[in-house]
Amino acid sequence: MIAHSIFFYSFSIIAVISAIMVTVSKNTVHSVFFLILDFISISCLFIMIGAEFLGMIMLIVYVGAVAVLFLFVVMMLNVAQQKNQWFASQESSGHIPVGLIISTIIFFELIIVIGGWKYKPDLFDINNSVNSFNVSNTHSLGQILYTDYIHVFQLSGMILLVAMIGAIVLTFRKRAGVKKQSYLKQISRERSEGVEVLEVETNKGVKIDD
Amino acid sequence: MTEIGLGHYLTLGAVIFSIGIIGIFLNRKNIIVILMSIELILLAVNINLVAFSIFLGDLAGQVFTLFILTVAAAEAAIGLAIIVVYYRNSGTIRVEEIDKLKG
Repeated sequence: MIAHSIFFYSFSIIAVISAIMVTVSKNTVHSVFFLILDFISISCLFIMIGAEFLGMIMLIVYVGAVAVLFLFVVMMLNVAQQKNQWFASQESSGHIPVGLIISTIIFFELIIVIGGWKYKPDLFDINNSVNSFNVSNTHSLGQILYTDYIHVFQLSGMILLVAMIGAIVLTFRKRAGVKKQSYLKQISRERSEGVEVLEVETNKGVKIDD
Repeated sequence: MTEIGLGHYLTLGAVIFSIGIIGIFLNRKNIIVILMSIELILLAVNINLVAFSIFLGDLAGQVFTLFILTVAAAEAAIGLAIIVVYYRNSGTIRVEEIDKLKG
């Protein structure tokens, strides 16, 4: 249990510090890297308490895809050099104390909710526990994901499809000077506009394509 | 050192959630950091769901965490696409200068 506590506190301290660094760091690229560190430590926590599948999925999805997406956009938009100007413009920083107050209130509300909880004594003894069966986390998750939650699962696939199409449509642009194949134009050509038979006079030649 | 229970994980989720809210409010830099703060908030929600799922022995929480992950990835992709289009049109993504809607 001691090792569990040590790992929990170290990973959660790393997670909290890197979450703070995401918001206050001056360079956007550093923010992205701290976000990656945050996700890695949280997925370590997930793996530690027994949700291995979600921890690994989180590593793959966030560290592998979303963080790379963020890095790509940050570097493409050339905002990495844009320095953070928190206190440079005094007249527009009036919302900083408001934000601090609101988030502090939210934090203490959450803490009050958590701390004021009285658990039923038999709450943790429900014996349909994840660990009570002799199957792995991935196995049991797959067993209910493809049976009970199959419609939601397919709906999430639709969400991903719509997101993909939306991102492509949003960022697609026609450039001038790029040669593209037009299938409609190709297959709708007629013989009359493609080929022309001319009567060539001697010593005059033909004037093509006037 | 007391045993690590449900309350510890919920507190960690609350802390990260509050940091995400702070990040949305305090940001003066660009929208990308606001998107990252939203990711932090979703991460805090995921921590809560997974902690409840593990400590109460119900797998539905982990399934819903999977769906939140999906929605978060889709949201990040769409948001970044919108940011790219906005940057292409107006040349800036600084929060102060995005005032086309006079909000």
